[in-house]
Amino acid sequence: MTTRREPPISDEAIQFWDATREQRFVLPWCTHCDTAIWYPRSTCPRCFGDDVEWRADAGAGAVYAASVHTRPGTGRIEEDGPYVVALVDLDAGVRMMSNVTGCPPGDVQVGMRVALAWEPLSDGRHLPVFRPA
Amino acid sequence: MGTGSMRGAAAIVGVADAASPTGELDTRGRVLEAAMIREALDDAGLTLADVDGVCCSGMATGIAEYLGIHPRFVDGTFVGGSSFEVHVEHASAAIASGLCDVVVGVYAATPRQDRRRGPTPSSYGPMGPDVGAEWEAPYGPRMPMTSYALAASRHMAQYGTTPEQLAQIAVDARRWAARNPRARHRDAITVDDVLASTMTVSPLHQLDCCLVTDGAGAYVLTSADRARDLARPPVYVLGAATGIDHWVISQMPDLTVTPGAISGPAAFGHAGIAAHDVDVLMGYDSFTITALLHLEDLGFCAKGEGGAFVEDGKLGPGGALPMNTNGGGLSYTHPGQYGMFLLVEATRQLRGECGDRQVAGAEVAVAHGCGGVLSATGTVVLGNEATR
Repeated sequence: MTTRREPPISDEAIQFWDATREQRFVLPWCTHCDTAIWYPRSTCPRCFGDDVEWRADAGAGAVYAASVHTRPGTGRIEEDGPYVVALVDLDAGVRMMSNVTGCPPGDVQVGMRVALAWEPLSDGRHLPVFRPA
Repeated sequence: MGTGSMRGAAAIVGVADAASPTGELDTRGRVLEAAMIREALDDAGLTLADVDGVCCSGMATGIAEYLGIHPRFVDGTFVGGSSFEVHVEHASAAIASGLCDVVVGVYAATPRQDRRRGPTPSSYGPMGPDVGAEWEAPYGPRMPMTSYALAASRHMAQYGTTPEQLAQIAVDARRWAARNPRARHRDAITVDDVLASTMTVSPLHQLDCCLVTDGAGAYVLTSADRARDLARPPVYVLGAATGIDHWVISQMPDLTVTPGAISGPAAFGHAGIAAHDVDVLMGYDSFTITALLHLEDLGFCAKGEGGAFVEDGKLGPGGALPMNTNGGGLSYTHPGQYGMFLLVEATRQLRGECGDRQVAGAEVAVAHGCGGVLSATGTVVLGNEATR
């Protein structure tokens, strides 16, 4: 387990964070245009729809961009060692920032397939991260 | 700018900026802002009593109260470092439509001084859900650097752009800085120097990243009619436009395309110019990748071809496209919201005041600001009497 700046819980993401307590990964979908939304919000940024439902997701995707951090950023400490901050494009059609763990940082390449993994947070929630698929 | 009716209606008639080779100024806050306004008004041959409009990147009411003026026009648009270009767009429209007559825009930030003396109070903060805190900060990014590193990562993977090509942008900025006595760094560097500098957030090296310095500036804008009788040759706003894309980097739809692809062509269209008409490009260079993306988005080269475009050194002194002739954010100064310095240098180039770094016969200059994390752009096309 590494050090983290732990995320606040916005009103529109309560269901997302609650699901992570059981290591369930859910995404908000707009029922009007049938599109996944990220980050969670109650109005669809694509069609202005206001009916959002939560659907389970496999958390499979590919690295869109990646950066190896050899000096610790927000919330991290030197002892954590180098780590990768990446943008991951989920197959569901949304992009999220995350870390790619479980391999040497230098091995993470743009386009590489990744799968969901979890890191525990101090309050029982889990943080979604990714590892090579 | 809408249909072009604003073209040439307003002009920058006074400018000022402050920076020091030590990287630190000896005043800050409202005191420094007021000094910049005074200098810019002196430069224009105007007084504070003439001013009826104020622009700053935040609460414009605060500076107006401090100055004891009651402006008819304020713009506190805050979109990061491009705020000042956006202010010029808005203020030009306001002047063209008769909302106001003389607008002063101001900026001061002193991160080095603040580090030593303690911070000044800040009056603004993020509004609404804190997207960065909830969906990015847990992953340990080093903002804003991480955002630009991810953009560089993507551009390299998608288009084969190399670290050497990005480094050339820093090398050319330094070649210009060598001709600017007030630049923070003036010693020549090579591509190898850039590649040998520390890399803590790949693929960006330290010399791919802008400075952190104190700095300040101001401009004065008035009607073209009024500009004719003032102290300096008018520099006309020929076109201006804004592009807004996202707030946090993980919400940017395509990390290889900035909103400059919107504001650039719009501003050029208003001005009736094409990329080949630009004599001086002042393109916001928070990082080398930032500048490279501007070159593509403004149409100086095709998307994806920025790396090949810059590698012959054409951005430097004597090159085909003089860019950031003051040394840029990479080597001159960068207090955080650098866009002010783009306008000041572009104006001085068009007035022929730049001495060793003057671009001969400069008639069209572009100040292209980019704020947030590639989030918001403001493009301003400026011209002198020859191109009005």
